[in-house]
Formats: sequence, C-alpha cells, structure tokens
Amino acid sequence: MQFWVVQGLNSLALGGLLFLLASGFSLIFGLMRLANLTHGAMFMLGAYIGAGLMRSVDGVSLWVAAIAGGLGVALFGWVLERFILRRLPDNPLGQVLVTLGVAFIIADACLLIWGGDPIPIPAPSYLARPLFVGGFAFPAYRLVVVLIALAAAAGLYVMIERTRLGAMIRAGVDDMQMARAVGIPVSRLFSIVFCLGAGIAGAGGVLAGPILSAYPGLDADMLPLALIVVILGGIGSLMGAFVGSFIIGIIYTFGTALLPDLAYIILFLPMIVVIAFRPQGLFGHVSA
Amino acid sequence: MNKVLMLLFVAGLAIIPLVSGDFYINLATQILIAAVFALSLNLLVGYGGLTSLGHVAFLGLSAYICAWTSTKLGVAPLVAIGLSLVITTIMSALFGLIALRATGLGFLMITLAISQVLWGLAYRWASVTNGDNGISGLTRPSLFGLSLDSASSFYWLTLIISIFAFILMAAFAMSAFGSSLQGTRDQARRMRALGYNVWLIRWITFIYSGFWAAVAGLLYVYYNKYIHPSALSVTASAEALLAVIAGGAGTLGGPIVGAALLVFLKNYASSFVERWNMLLGFIFVLIVLLMPDGIVPGVQRLIRRMRGAQS
Repeated sequence: MQFWVVQGLNSLALGGLLFLLASGFSLIFGLMRLANLTHGAMFMLGAYIGAGLMRSVDGVSLWVAAIAGGLGVALFGWVLERFILRRLPDNPLGQVLVTLGVAFIIADACLLIWGGDPIPIPAPSYLARPLFVGGFAFPAYRLVVVLIALAAAAGLYVMIERTRLGAMIRAGVDDMQMARAVGIPVSRLFSIVFCLGAGIAGAGGVLAGPILSAYPGLDADMLPLALIVVILGGIGSLMGAFVGSFIIGIIYTFGTALLPDLAYIILFLPMIVVIAFRPQGLFGHVSA
Repeated sequence: MNKVLMLLFVAGLAIIPLVSGDFYINLATQILIAAVFALSLNLLVGYGGLTSLGHVAFLGLSAYICAWTSTKLGVAPLVAIGLSLVITTIMSALFGLIALRATGLGFLMITLAISQVLWGLAYRWASVTNGDNGISGLTRPSLFGLSLDSASSFYWLTLIISIFAFILMAAFAMSAFGSSLQGTRDQARRMRALGYNVWLIRWITFIYSGFWAAVAGLLYVYYNKYIHPSALSVTASAEALLAVIAGGAGTLGGPIVGAALLVFLKNYASSFVERWNMLLGFIFVLIVLLMPDGIVPGVQRLIRRMRGAQS
C-alpha cells in the first residue's frame, strides 16, 4: 500500500513538472504555430541557473532560485524570439530547425559551464522530511510541487479565459489575420507568450531540481515526454496540457516502477490510441 | 555529358583505396553510409515535403536487430541481415500509420517522439540492448570467401551498395510515382481532387524510405562492429536532416554533398574542438538564416546566372 501511495504521489509530482513544461510549449505552438524544440533545453537551462545560483551564493532559497531561473530563461526566450525567430515569418520549418539548433547550443553550453556531473538541488529543509498522514509517509516536497503546478494551471486559466490579454491571445490562436485587422498587436503577443512559456519552463526546471537534479541530458529526457503530452492533450489547449501531463506522469512513473525495461513502450500506447482515434488530441481544436 | 561525368565520379570513388591510407578510406566509407541515409531521408523531406526528425529510428532499429541476433542468438549473417531489413520495413509501415495521421509540424513531432521512445528503450531495456554499454562483438561476414575486415574491401562493398541505393532511389524519385509524390507535396488538395490517394502515396514513400534507412543501418553497424544508443539520439536525426537541407532537399545530389560535408566537418572539427554539438547548432541556425534552400540549388542558381550573363 505504501508503494502505491508513494508512487501515486511521485506520478502526480512528475505530472506537475510536465505541466510546467508542456503548458508553455502548447501555448506557443497554439498561438505562433511554432514547435519550440528548445523547450526541453530551456527547462534544463533553468535547472542549471538555479543550481548554480544556490551553489555559489549562500542562503539563496529554492524559491528565489526558481524565480531567478524563470526570469533568466524568459530573457533568453525574448532574445531568441526577437532576434532570430522573428526573421523567419511564414517559415515554420525553418523556425523548428533553428530552435533545434539553439537547443543543441544550450545543451552544449550547459555542459561546458557546469560540467558533466549532476548537480543536486536541495529541497528547503522544512520540506525535506516526509509528512505523516494516516500512517503513510508523504514526501512533502512533492506535494508542494503538485500544489505549485495546480496554482500555475489556475493562474494560466484565469489569464487566458478572464483577462483582456487572454482574450487577445485566444483571438490570435483562432484567427490571427482577423485579430491583426481589429488592431490586436499580434507580434507583441508573440513576444509575451514566448517569454511566458520560456519562463515557466525555466522555473519548472529549478523546481524539478530536488526531484531530478540538474544533469546533462535532462533536456533530452524531458522533451519527448512534453511532446507526447502535447500530442495527447491537443496542440494549443491548456486543458489538454493539464490532463495530458498527469496521464503521462502516472503512466511513466508506474511504468518505470513496475516494468523498468519497457516503460518507454508503455508511453507509446496512449499516444497511438489518441492519434488513431482523435488526431487533434483529446482537447485540441486544430489538427496538427 | 552528365553520364560521363557520373561514371568518372564513380571511377574516382572506386580508386580511393588504391591511392590513400586507411584513414581516408574509412572517412570515405562513413561518407557513403551517411549519404545513403541522407538520400533515404530526402525522399520524405525533399520529395514528399514530410520533415521527419526521427529517421534514425530505422537506422538504429536495423542496426540493433542485426547486432542482437548476430551476437546473442548467433544466427548466420545472412539471416541477421534479412531479419533486420524485414522487421525494420514492417516497423516503418507501422510507424508510418501513426506518423501520417498528421503532416507538417505534427508529423515532425510524432516522428521525433517515436525515435525518442526507441532511444529511451535502447538505454533502458538493458537485458536486450546492454543499455549504455551498447552491443559489441559483431564481426563482418565474408563475401564469396573474401574477407571484409580490411578498410578497402569494406569500402568497395559499401560503394557498390551505395551505387545501387542511389540508382534505385533516383529511379523512385524520377518515376511517375515520384512525380505524384511531388504533387502531394506541392498541392495535396488538388492531387486529391484528381483522384490520387495522397495518404497511400505518402505511406509507400515512408516505407520505401524506411527500407533504405535500414540498409544504411546495416552498413553502419558492420562498419563500426558496434552499436550504442547514441545512434538513435535526436542529434543523429538532426545531423541527417542537416545533411539533406544543407545539401539541398529535393535534389538527388544535394544529400550526398551535405553528407560529405557533415562527415568531413565532424571528423575534422572534433579533432580541434570538443564542442561538436554546439558547432552543429550554430551551423543549423546559419544554414536556415542564410542558405535556406541548400548548397546544391544555390550553386545551380549561380551557374544559371553565369550562363545567363554570357548569352
């Protein structure tokens, strides 16, 4: 029983981290029609910025590091969008290839700066010990990660569904030319959404630190999971990213625990089922 | 004229082992293998307009099947080769069924996800793949009693297979079927209206392309006598895609030029700098920004312009 409880919480925590990664990816894809393959690398860059900050400066808490990682990666995203991606309008393939190239550059730069050994990121000491509820031990930090992901989901939901900015984003997703025609500054929206997506991924990387730590290859481990989440949930759908993240979190965690050799094949199955019967994803409107 | 040039080119390739040392022979072998692989990817990317970021799935699958059946099951080389080709082709048919539910960026993402799943499997399914250690101990078979262990004999075999591969892929691209494939790339809706089964054309191309990637995988694994999960990484897929795009997608010579450049660069650059991935990333960004349609079409345009200036 303890096994199921702990693994259940682990899968929720992984689902929460995946949501922080996939929600930005999905929003960027939905608005800009841009498959941002740097997203995994941004997650890793955030983790390294956080880890580096906490290691070199005494007394920096995880939360400060997460904010710094998020801001740092958002700034990076701004530069990438402003100076490179903007030069390639109407060339989705070129944009994908550029983001792939930049992902290689980031990954190698991280290796160059921080070395090949994993850097652990400690959880705050008051969250490091397990929480005992009803005879079961819960790792407290993972609970907090789930709560943060839920809060992020709620925040994004309110932003998209209830604010003026969100209304403009939705208009841009549905019909960009019409949105432009009625005076919505679509290109500024692109910058905002790209920075926002990058920032959430960067902060998510730091928050993932106490669970996964920062290591070379973190990007390659996370990106496919995020891709599968987005394929599963539907491109451009926040709800899809949310549901997809927790589905994949659960499948991957239990797959790894029960059938460690074949966890990756098990990941495949929901993807195949969804693509076969609903190619636009569970909650998607546009087919890819 | 063109045929004469091509024969001279092939003759030039054939005498490489007579005039150079093992280092350059091996480099040439690597270029040929990369060229076969890039040509197979080009059928999808260049002629079909289907940008796959997971093409190494087929190279890796066929290499792993060959290495695994040879070293762990001890089957004869011919059986291992046959199994690799058949299973990989079947798998490409299945993967094609999944990936071709989408086109464009969706296709790219699904192919990437598929190859990443196989990459993860190669690392984690250690009881079959030996995980991070890879599968070693593969020996090259002998052909009609001739040993393939020397660099030059393996090079010649690779050259013969590459020429076959080139001719058969060129025939595919230039056939009526190839024209209809290009039609689905440029005007899918009109092709549909004309009564072509666009999906079927793409699927057949996917399978054919997967088959030649499997051939490249066999050459790869017999050349290295070793296979490691990194052969299935995104980087490997991206390198092949870069070879196609840098050389010129949708041309027959482009992927060969691109593959040659890439292998050269990788061998030379890695002796100077350790940062191959970073260099690869920069090349990607620069090619897309500065030379979006590739080297071969760029040079062709230059020649046309010079001829135009003369007349």
